[in-house]
Amino acid sequence: MSAAADRPIATGRSATGMPTGRLAVWWIIASEIVIFGGLLGSYVMHRLAHDAFAEQAAHTNTWIGAFNTFVLLTSSLFAVQAHKASDEGDGKKAARLLYYTMAGGVIFLVVKAFEWTTEIQAGYTIASNTFWSFYYTAAGIHAAHVIAGVIIMGIVAQTAKKNLELQRVELIGLYWHFVDVVWIFLFPLLYIAK
Amino acid sequence: MAEHASHDHAHEAHGAHAHHPNYVKIWAILLVLLIISVAGPFLGIQIVTLVTAFGIAIVKAYLVVKNFMHIDVAAKLVTYLILTMLLFMLLFFAGAAPDVMESHGSNWEKPSWIAGTAHPEAPAAGHEESH
Repeated sequence: MSAAADRPIATGRSATGMPTGRLAVWWIIASEIVIFGGLLGSYVMHRLAHDAFAEQAAHTNTWIGAFNTFVLLTSSLFAVQAHKASDEGDGKKAARLLYYTMAGGVIFLVVKAFEWTTEIQAGYTIASNTFWSFYYTAAGIHAAHVIAGVIIMGIVAQTAKKNLELQRVELIGLYWHFVDVVWIFLFPLLYIAK
Repeated sequence: MAEHASHDHAHEAHGAHAHHPNYVKIWAILLVLLIISVAGPFLGIQIVTLVTAFGIAIVKAYLVVKNFMHIDVAAKLVTYLILTMLLFMLLFFAGAAPDVMESHGSNWEKPSWIAGTAHPEAPAAGHEESH
């Protein structure tokens, strides 16, 4: 068997000019753009048409949103440094940086849980009105992606620390950066445009 | 099978990603932009708020996609793929926005019960849901 045939398809095949695993993640990201794009596009339509949205958005906490943005940006820094470490063949360092990234995801979720609890206790639920329906749906779907990312990152880190499957570090990083980009747009929409 | 996926092979597969910029510097720029976007609304000028919020969001997203996701060194196919999805978003917006944002058009008028659902109401007193 040739060396090329020996290799897993996800890391070795490159008919498209890149490893298939990386192409697959970009495909996932492309499909996610349509999901989040549809949601955010709908929000923007309603926000532009109805000033009442701004009155409702005034009840969201900008400081909490800003703190979570800081957390996600920092976790993205760790993710890309993990990618660099994996490129250098340092699986242990890559795994350690992935754990830091996961910690960022967990902090984000804890803060989000605190924020939602406060808002629900104040009477702002998903059924209160259209703004809050968008708010909980968009932030909820995003949080689900954060949870998925943290879990997958844990699996990737387990193999990376044994210096195995290091190409996966870049792939989960790509996904994580996309989750970060989505939040970069959610933050001004939900917390700043008041 | 594990040895086939050792870091030697990973290295080979990563061949296109040789360049790693100063990530900490990019992260610092992103944080400065975040601070500006939070500070913008304090001036109380709507256009400044829009620029600092959404203009900066676009710049931040660009920095992440270019430097952290390395889209500039990925195959052209990726750029075309992402641009196509963004185009779909614009098509969706252009197709749906008039219906959402206008109450009537040349040959149609939005029923009041639909128009009504688009107006958010404040939560009722006593922290109960409004409906």
